[in-house]
Amino acid sequence: MQIPAPFDYERASDVANALALLERHGPESRIIAGGHSLLPMMKLRLARPEWLIDINDLAELEFIRREGDQLRVGALTRHTALLESTDVAGLFPIIRDAEQVIADPVVRNRGTIGGSLCQADPAEDLSTVCDVLRAQAVIRGPDGERIVAMSDFHRGPYETAVAQNELLYEIRFTIRPRSGSAYEKVERRVGDWAIVAAGAAVGLSEDGTVEEAAIGLTAVGLDGTVPEAEAVLRGQQPHEDLFVEAARIAAAACHPVDDQRGPVDYKRHLADELTRRVLRRACARAAGAQEG
Amino acid sequence: MTTTQEHAPNPAAGDPGRPIGFGRLQRKEDPRFVRGKGTYIDDIVLPGMLHGAILRAPVAHARLVSIDTTEALAHPKVLAVITGKDLQALNLAWAPTLSADVQAVLVTDKVRFQGQEVAFAVAEDRYAARDALELIDVEYDMLPPVIDARRALDPGAPVIRDDVEGRTDNRIFDWEIGDAAETEAVFATADVVVAQEVVYPRVHPAPMETCGAVADFDPIDGRLTLYETTQAPHAHRTLYAIVAGIPEHKIRIVSPDIGGGFGNKVGIYPGYVLAVVGSIVTGKPVKWVEDRSENLMSTSFARDYIMQGEIAATKEGKILAVRTNVLADHGAFNATAQPTKNPAGFFSIFTGSYDLQAAYCKVTGVYTNKAPGGVAYACSFRVTEAVYLVERMVDILARKLDMDPAELRLKNFIKPEQFPYANKTGWVYDSGNYEPAMRLSMQMAGYEDLRREQLEKRERGELMGIGVSFFTETVGAGPRKHFDIVGLGMADGAELRVHPTGKAVVRISVQSQGQGHETTFAQIVAEELGIPPESIDVVHGDTDQTPFGLGTYGSRSTPVSGGAVALVARKVRDKARFIAAAMLETRPEDLEWEKGRWFVKGDPSAGKTIAEIAFGAHGTVALPEGIDGNLDAEVTYDPPNLTFPFGAYICVVDVDAGTGHVKVRRFIAVDDCGTRINPMIIEGQVHGGLTDGVGMALMEIIAFDEEGNCLSSSFMDYLIPTAMEVPDWETGFTVTPSPHHPIGAKGIGESATVGSPPAIVNAIVDALAPYGVTHMDMPCTPARVWEAMQGRARPPV
Repeated sequence: MQIPAPFDYERASDVANALALLERHGPESRIIAGGHSLLPMMKLRLARPEWLIDINDLAELEFIRREGDQLRVGALTRHTALLESTDVAGLFPIIRDAEQVIADPVVRNRGTIGGSLCQADPAEDLSTVCDVLRAQAVIRGPDGERIVAMSDFHRGPYETAVAQNELLYEIRFTIRPRSGSAYEKVERRVGDWAIVAAGAAVGLSEDGTVEEAAIGLTAVGLDGTVPEAEAVLRGQQPHEDLFVEAARIAAAACHPVDDQRGPVDYKRHLADELTRRVLRRACARAAGAQEG
Repeated sequence: MTTTQEHAPNPAAGDPGRPIGFGRLQRKEDPRFVRGKGTYIDDIVLPGMLHGAILRAPVAHARLVSIDTTEALAHPKVLAVITGKDLQALNLAWAPTLSADVQAVLVTDKVRFQGQEVAFAVAEDRYAARDALELIDVEYDMLPPVIDARRALDPGAPVIRDDVEGRTDNRIFDWEIGDAAETEAVFATADVVVAQEVVYPRVHPAPMETCGAVADFDPIDGRLTLYETTQAPHAHRTLYAIVAGIPEHKIRIVSPDIGGGFGNKVGIYPGYVLAVVGSIVTGKPVKWVEDRSENLMSTSFARDYIMQGEIAATKEGKILAVRTNVLADHGAFNATAQPTKNPAGFFSIFTGSYDLQAAYCKVTGVYTNKAPGGVAYACSFRVTEAVYLVERMVDILARKLDMDPAELRLKNFIKPEQFPYANKTGWVYDSGNYEPAMRLSMQMAGYEDLRREQLEKRERGELMGIGVSFFTETVGAGPRKHFDIVGLGMADGAELRVHPTGKAVVRISVQSQGQGHETTFAQIVAEELGIPPESIDVVHGDTDQTPFGLGTYGSRSTPVSGGAVALVARKVRDKARFIAAAMLETRPEDLEWEKGRWFVKGDPSAGKTIAEIAFGAHGTVALPEGIDGNLDAEVTYDPPNLTFPFGAYICVVDVDAGTGHVKVRRFIAVDDCGTRINPMIIEGQVHGGLTDGVGMALMEIIAFDEEGNCLSSSFMDYLIPTAMEVPDWETGFTVTPSPHHPIGAKGIGESATVGSPPAIVNAIVDALAPYGVTHMDMPCTPARVWEAMQGRARPPV
């Protein structure tokens, strides 16, 4: 049994209360939701917050709502809920692809989208997914609410735009017609962190050419998406040659490091291989959406 | 004789689902386990109990300069902080290992591996004990570490064991067996010789329950009660008596429910000793339970063998000889648990299932700055490494000869009429009939169809592999004249009492860690006495309640203790005959046995059941001269030979050519463990072992960086397989009883762990044949498979 260092604990009653508690307990307080990142780090004494502020009672943060051209997902939404949502599966298959390979059912029952994004682990899947879908993060703080694009949300490994006295409230995804998306991950074993994963989203115009494209990679030191690779596709009819070229550019743009999961050249190869696979699938799904 | 029949259901049992004796039977221990009512070490809470925690070295090799415990001792909840110096005063700083070496309990001179025990804090609760560790100030003087075993014997390599007077290098032993000259002669004239370096990386048993102890020393009568996660309670008691100087009759070892052992819980760990010292120092019970990282970093690992293999054959595919030179990494202390005369365990079974003209091996054991251990993880004393070596070499030979690997094996098996078979390294295989097992596995797999499918897939550029392995184990150590551990002969005891109402208790010296002993041993007694298994309690794991014996490891429970239990039941049955004769007023020789009762020959209605006889024994019947008024007996069983289970395994894998990811699609396992006592338990053992095999083949390794930092110190880094990585196991069996074992049983506990890794790796290498791959070392992670496809396969680090 791993033994954490001493800490105190409070259970927030609503969002306002959670923000007040963050304010009161200061920089050594941490929000806890699913706890699947923070608790292991505390048990290994790598993280030692003095206060845990538990937001698991905040039902107002747990929702998946379609409103106009947006899908709004509360920060406390569990992975399982995302996995089981037909709205999510229909509109953003990449989320379902990713959720199927995030950890295991035990973690997915408890872990949340907000927790994943705020933890901002470089090997975290939903960060890539949200990048690729060009999602927006709604952040609440003492001064009210602000909306941040994903490109501004990520500040590097384990760092986000959410300040110490703020709370991630909601993620917004824009619904586009004739769109498709996909995610694929290679791991040593189910539940392991990704060796590499790739995500792609495309939007087609009425004539089937690529109007909008986004490519993201997980666990290879890439900030945001790969504009140069995306540019290859834009305005073109989807074609295997373009996937190959875009994947080549994406693989060249990332910065993998050698570790127990594999050497740099293998990871770069995977970035290439997986980018091609997700582009193929995303385009096929978009074409299917067009026909449908 | 080999059969494919299960033991026939006993007609005497009204319900065919509840055999009296051998047969499928739900495990008697499971109701408490599935209800969460097992009692493990951490469930034991004694009045006034304190908690200990171990401060571990953050570096692999460093001289200890100073330890300051002042601040830790000032913690309001801390009662004691014990250092190596304190242990030196008690002459307990070093303890003997199970391999004629010594191991530091706490560091006194220098740290020899990362995670080594440096100090022990005792506090009112486990949180405070952990907090105290952060208050201990230790100063180290760094030394260059020896991490790569290949560099351990380099001139000028740092000497790890400078505690041993006169030691100038890191060599532990050189051991050889077989005839080197004869083997060389065969190799020199053979048509075909292939050589390959085969590495079995360091892996870890990783039992679900980590190691722990609760020590309760009574200062009034000097009695020590020690609750421990141990697979060998009696051997531990003797060693504690020798090491700690506590008289053996004042020591009681209790091994409660154990959450998995796999060899990890054979040895005596510093934590156990420290809990004892903590209890002596504080006068209160002290609990110590290690966390997962401690278990992975500091307790017995397994394998770590670098094997240079060579195999010689005729061009027609007759295998002539096998030769190997092994470099064995034993870590910082030689703490493997193995028979005294076998420094490389039973590795000499590397001759496999084949009729060879010659064989030779040399094993060199070396120290490195890594955790000690070596024999663990269902290894049958290094049978795992041996089988892996020979089964890889045979596959490499098949590729060289362009022969089907199954056909090559069939061509070279030891023939049934050659048993008992004396191999070239000194073993006498008790019984075997290999071809039927091989044929059955091929039939179950649909071997020809699989090969056709593979050809079609190759044409499409898809990678599919079929891997075969055929193993022979040597287990059930063993005859005491040959095998001992620190001088204790490897025999086991059993005591059986039948109570007046015909219910019985059998006390055994081996210790279950999940194997189902409470069921299997009850079934052996049931088979011999004809009383239902549910009427028989099996008592184990408490030295005050059980006879002496060496414990459970190396698949020895059924081969050794199973023999003891069968014999003790027969002794009771023989005694029952005399008592029944007295009760029936006839002569013992006029009685005949049928399962459960003695009756008068020619008059089946005149008889006495075991229950009636038991009551008679304790009742008023006038007993014959020399017969005590009970129905009890005891034996110690010294097996005349080891047993040699075998099996044929076939694995089918699909490899993603774009990512190197391996999917084990099918696995067919045909096992022959001799007489099958409880087929359900056997299948469970096989399923578990096969899953182990997938883990080792695909993902498990205890890796180190160049400084000796353990890179596999949590389950995030040391991967063990889940249900997602394993297929539906397809199991089959043949039955070739052991001729010398009282019930013909051979042991099954480690067969699947031994047999499955070569089948999986052979399948992967087979899948990669289009890339010219002839060998790759485990673990076959996606990255390593991809590197092999690029022609850059490399040994694991």
